[in-house]
Amino acid sequence: MLNAIGRNTLKLNELTVSELRRLLDNRGIKPQEVLDDVYNRIDAVEDKVKAYITITKDSAYEMAKDAEQAILSNKQSLLTGIPVAVKDNMCTKGISTTCASKMLHNFKPPYESTVTARLKEQEYILIGKTNLDEFAMGSSTENSGFHTTRNPWDPERVPGGSSGGSAAAVAADECIAALGSDTGGSIRQPAALCGVVGLKPTYGRVSRYGLVAFASSLDQIGPITKNVMDSAIMLNAVAGHDPLDSTSAPAEVPDFANFLGQDIKGLKIGIPKEYFIEGMDKYVDDAVRSAAKKLESLGAIPVEVSLPHTGYAVAAYYILATSEASSNLARYDGVKYGFRAQGGKDLLEIYMNARSQGFGAEVKRRIMLGTYALSAGYYDAYYKKGQQVRTLIKQDFDNAFKEADVIVTPTSPTPAFKVGEKSTDPLQMYLSDIFTISVNLAGVPAISIPCGFTKNNLPIGLQMIGRHFDEGLILKAAYAYEQSTEWHTRRPAL
Amino acid sequence: MKITQEDVKHIARLSRLYLSDEETSTFGGQLNSIIEYVEQLNGLDTSSVEPTSHVIPLNNVMRDDTLKPSLPIEEALKNAPDATEKFYRVPKIIE
Repeated sequence: MLNAIGRNTLKLNELTVSELRRLLDNRGIKPQEVLDDVYNRIDAVEDKVKAYITITKDSAYEMAKDAEQAILSNKQSLLTGIPVAVKDNMCTKGISTTCASKMLHNFKPPYESTVTARLKEQEYILIGKTNLDEFAMGSSTENSGFHTTRNPWDPERVPGGSSGGSAAAVAADECIAALGSDTGGSIRQPAALCGVVGLKPTYGRVSRYGLVAFASSLDQIGPITKNVMDSAIMLNAVAGHDPLDSTSAPAEVPDFANFLGQDIKGLKIGIPKEYFIEGMDKYVDDAVRSAAKKLESLGAIPVEVSLPHTGYAVAAYYILATSEASSNLARYDGVKYGFRAQGGKDLLEIYMNARSQGFGAEVKRRIMLGTYALSAGYYDAYYKKGQQVRTLIKQDFDNAFKEADVIVTPTSPTPAFKVGEKSTDPLQMYLSDIFTISVNLAGVPAISIPCGFTKNNLPIGLQMIGRHFDEGLILKAAYAYEQSTEWHTRRPAL
Repeated sequence: MKITQEDVKHIARLSRLYLSDEETSTFGGQLNSIIEYVEQLNGLDTSSVEPTSHVIPLNNVMRDDTLKPSLPIEEALKNAPDATEKFYRVPKIIE
């Protein structure tokens, strides 16, 4: 039990899922007290961070009552009473789901996404819906139709994207854990830039039902958390086959927490030379090499691997992802839901007005790029070529995983960049995902964990990549590294 | 320039987007630089490579063909910008 003095000094919003689980189950604290601290923190720093689009305070306190009852009758679940933020591209029934787009500014889904339904089964408390680049298209949240989220480590800088709101909310202790989605790095890159843990599971591991589609063959939902333990707990809550998503895999789901704490002696870690490129930040380079040494000191065995087609990944990705997006976003027509502009004398004008006024510039750019790639005469040159290169990239990983158990790379070539620094040059922005994109093309799982800081005190992320459905192994390696360092305990001074 | 201003207008039309002259010019420049970057893929010989559309080996996912309740009409219409009775409302389609 906590005594009065302990409670006064302890800020519950700064704790982790597993720490809160223990305190709640001991009945030293109540779910409402956790919420008080989280919302006080949001009141104090949200003006600076701008992580959220929607705050769901009233329903959160309603959910807290149920959580309190469950704990008092010893019927608690994995996340009973734990405050979680959800990226605003996952449908929450009756609660605004905007994708940070004017197109969906007033959309209240008539159904619940599978991931939030599973969090509900575990009795989580929804704190709010977080900001993103419009329809998850971007690497900085600057493409949000509403506002740009700021990096809690330096508000002049971006939090990364597209799940920048979720990563910033976790880093600023404005929630305990969060969900993001990752199509080309959108969980891992913001996690790296905000100094938190982000996991993109294997494609098919987590249901996409109710996730607003961007590029269906690449999109995957995963947790953003303060440490590796919480990542495993959150993955336990959301993973597993779902009949509502025909691309979800009928693979067995282990208890991911069981992998943590096992030693990594003899684990073969591959360090691909293609991921240490010219133009990479010196501090990132140093931090990642030191992390590899640290893993070695824990008993891991370094092996040489090569991913020779890495340099082609961004090009292939921007053909495939935009092609899928142009098709997925055809549904926004101003008829069934979403934004409809004034005027329009016939159906075609209704469509064109709604889309021209409802979408932002990056979304239009990607729809047009995808439309071009799929249009008559260009399909073989671009789309088919992109799919063939995807095969080569997947084979690179298949070959590398014959030598290595886990592949270790930087998550991002640079730390957080300044707001406005890349927003006028789409290609430069695309290249900031150079180390994360191949993972989505191959469908393999990867985690980003903190591995150091630059001299300006900006966080650096270490990416660990595993074989299909081998999240357990990367969580084990990530946990071993985390427990032997103190990076994850640092907090931004906001 | 690979993509001309006329191409941009054509793509915009296919995408159901109106573009101002300024947007046509800006997007045109940006699309060209992205396409130019993408053309590096042509440096790879892929003549004997199968395309990958899906990374996890799953096909023909079937379910039982059973009746289930679907979304009630009033729920489905709730988000519509313009609805009447049981229908979405749009301008007259047939002259």
